[in-house]
Amino acid sequence: MTDATANTMKVKLKIKRFDPAESGGKTWWQDYEVDVHPDSTVLDSLIEVREQNDGTLALRCACRASICGSCGMKVNGSAKLVCKTRVVDVAPNGEQLTIEPMGNQHVVRDLVVSLDTFFSQINRVEPYLQPSFVPESGEYTASNESMENLLTGMNCIMCGCCVSDCTVLEVDANFIGPAALAKAWRFTEDPRDSKRDERLKNLNDEDGGMWDCTRCMKCVEVCPKGVAPMDRIMELREAAIEAGNTNTSGYHHTESFYNSVKKHGRLDETRLAIDSAGWTNIPRLLDLAPIGIAAMRKGKLPPVFPHKAEDNKKVKDLYERVEDAD
Amino acid sequence: MYEHDVLIIGGGLAGLRAAVEVTRAGADVAVISKVHPVRSHSNAAQGGINAPLTDRGEDWKGHAFDTIKGSDFLADQDAVEVMSSEAGEAVLELERMGVIFSRDENGKLGTRAFGGQKEARTYFVGAITGSAILHVLFEQSLKLGLNVYEEWFVTKLIIEDGACRGVVSIDLKTGEMHTIKAKAVIIAAGGAGRVFEPSTNALICTGDGLSLAYRAGVPLMDMEMIQYHPTTLARTGILMSEAARGEGGYLLNSSGERFMQKVAPEYMELASRDVVSRAEQTEIDEGRGVDGNVLLDLRHLGREYIEAKLGYLQEVSVEFLGIDMAEQPVPVQPGMHYIMGGIKTNIDGETVVPGLYAAGECANVSVHGANRLGANSLLDTVVFGRRSGAHAVEYIKTVGDHSKSEEDIKSEKARIQALLDRPKGERVATVRNDMARGMTKGIGVFRDQASMEGALENLVNVKSRMDGFSVENKGKVFNTDLMFALELEFMVDCAEAVVAGALTRKESRGAHYRTDITERDDENWLKHTLMYKDETAENGVRVETSDVTITQWEPIKRVY
Repeated sequence: MTDATANTMKVKLKIKRFDPAESGGKTWWQDYEVDVHPDSTVLDSLIEVREQNDGTLALRCACRASICGSCGMKVNGSAKLVCKTRVVDVAPNGEQLTIEPMGNQHVVRDLVVSLDTFFSQINRVEPYLQPSFVPESGEYTASNESMENLLTGMNCIMCGCCVSDCTVLEVDANFIGPAALAKAWRFTEDPRDSKRDERLKNLNDEDGGMWDCTRCMKCVEVCPKGVAPMDRIMELREAAIEAGNTNTSGYHHTESFYNSVKKHGRLDETRLAIDSAGWTNIPRLLDLAPIGIAAMRKGKLPPVFPHKAEDNKKVKDLYERVEDAD
Repeated sequence: MYEHDVLIIGGGLAGLRAAVEVTRAGADVAVISKVHPVRSHSNAAQGGINAPLTDRGEDWKGHAFDTIKGSDFLADQDAVEVMSSEAGEAVLELERMGVIFSRDENGKLGTRAFGGQKEARTYFVGAITGSAILHVLFEQSLKLGLNVYEEWFVTKLIIEDGACRGVVSIDLKTGEMHTIKAKAVIIAAGGAGRVFEPSTNALICTGDGLSLAYRAGVPLMDMEMIQYHPTTLARTGILMSEAARGEGGYLLNSSGERFMQKVAPEYMELASRDVVSRAEQTEIDEGRGVDGNVLLDLRHLGREYIEAKLGYLQEVSVEFLGIDMAEQPVPVQPGMHYIMGGIKTNIDGETVVPGLYAAGECANVSVHGANRLGANSLLDTVVFGRRSGAHAVEYIKTVGDHSKSEEDIKSEKARIQALLDRPKGERVATVRNDMARGMTKGIGVFRDQASMEGALENLVNVKSRMDGFSVENKGKVFNTDLMFALELEFMVDCAEAVVAGALTRKESRGAHYRTDITERDDENWLKHTLMYKDETAENGVRVETSDVTITQWEPIKRVY
């Protein structure tokens, strides 16, 4: 950046544009080509476009050091913080880069999305410490390990990349989302917070809560700060079960999965579906019926009485060894 | 038209802390910020926050003295006394709000060492202290239901009968302009790092707050005091926290020598920032650098320690330069980082304009004087953010109802329309880069009469082009092109005050190091420079001086 004598490199960009001023909004793709320093990031390239080619291009950016969370956007279809994405890493042979706004959020203009979706999700988890008492003087006493553990969550910079690429939010806008759940984890794990059980119960019971994650791993893959939201969600589930929340289809699903594999050495999918719904949950079972019928027509219905896996003894052994280890 | 009791410009640490204070007092408060609060530049503070914990029996005077010595005796000592004595409670309060500060073996707050200080009294969260505190204050703002005008850009302060009574602003998301009336306005809009290139500062640090106050008749004080941080990552200019040295990192020249031995045998790498930056620049200038850098060596700390205490530094080193700090030293150089100067305020954040307050980096109380100690900036924001809020709450009780005047928004609309209607001219970025590179060249780690006159000449040229640039984007929604043009106007105001202050001060003190006058001159220059916007004065700036407040520490020679 400071070395004016260094070589430059050509970067080819294909950017998805959106202008809301046109009636109903106008979307189009626009190609750009800029010369930048070979070490440049995708953000450096976009700034070069904005400053030297096209002042109408809108994007957010501030710190350029992966700490402010402004510059989340899709590069070649996947959400990235573009200030920490070097061009050579995503286009090693000078390939054209496709740049789009983040997904699952309303586009304001070009690469700028509305922050409302993200922050309304965050707001759903009462995202602030709720201690049972305030020390009259001094600080709370807490172990260093317990504080360092929370760093994983506090590393979140609220860039929205996980929300952008979440496959559940794509079909269910009511899902509380990976970032907000990771934020909630930051409080359930905080020894100073007094609302752990309540928080876990709410996130367990709530429509769109912790059990709606399908474990697709997308958020872990795209998180630029190592927060790994899905891992945090799994820890929330474990904590919720340990705290006695066993009333959800999520819990029944987990339990049925566990028992089925233990018993048969393989998954009994029919039973899994019914167990998850709950044997007395008639409306949910009726919902499942058409899926079962459709599956039967296509010859995809799993057997009603499951076959045992040939080596189910080995699976049982594994279970016993793991259970003993616990 | 919107109305509030108190309006705070800026959603970083100073702004949010002020907002918490005003909310607690039951007044109607709103924050207006050109970015969402969690995008604020407070994020970038890495190493920690200083505090003598008086509840543990620590003496705040030790911190006060280190701060004053660090300031090269330019800080006002009454202000430093306030900051140091309130520091402990300020940090404990952040902890009780939820900040996950590092602990000692007893589960109490634990410290790390930082530059220019005898004692280790810096509290921290890994190398993301600023971010961790900002996010917790944002959490508090959600808890309190704080009203935030997100992505609204302030273009002008409203001054009625000599008092500040609100702002004119653009809602960036719609492009519409609005008046927000307030009985008191607190400017907490951050620094002006982008006046220089390169800089560790975010692209949003364009001195908006400084310029708004300057245009309203408030003096900018000691603007020549520009901090160059000793460790910014080679090529990228990204900040590498002082915590790297606080945790035991070495600075090496090309022959592997710990060169700080030559200038600061006692404090070594943990001398004040101005001292370390000059030592580095000397090594580089005299041919003992490595491609224009020196080396920051952490290898002896071990991988586990680096990753636990300095994880973010390892992350940027690997991501941006491909260097694993546990295996290799990383090249660093001094880089523009912070402006000690700013809007002149008293210890309650008041400026000379009634109803107008300032806090945080944009303000100059003055607690940093000629050189700020590392980890004192976060402390400054929360102490003086809180005090500004508290004082504003009292002040508004003396103020009458909002006026219905629409004069300011009318004139601002006309001014901005004229800017949009300009014929095609130079690009904003071209003018800005010319300004910023000229500033770095002339007002650097080392400066002299000729270099500073060079900066002035460059700035005069830049000013002559300010009517000639144009805004390419004529649209309404999220028109950052227009915002960059308005920011450039703010930055030029700041640059003007920096150059005027630098040319005025005929001595070397702290960050203002003149190779042609290398000594500090307490007899003539134990003084603040005050820059007033004045079209009748030479170059549009009138410079005055005022005495430094000395309470209990007489200036002594500054040795580390």
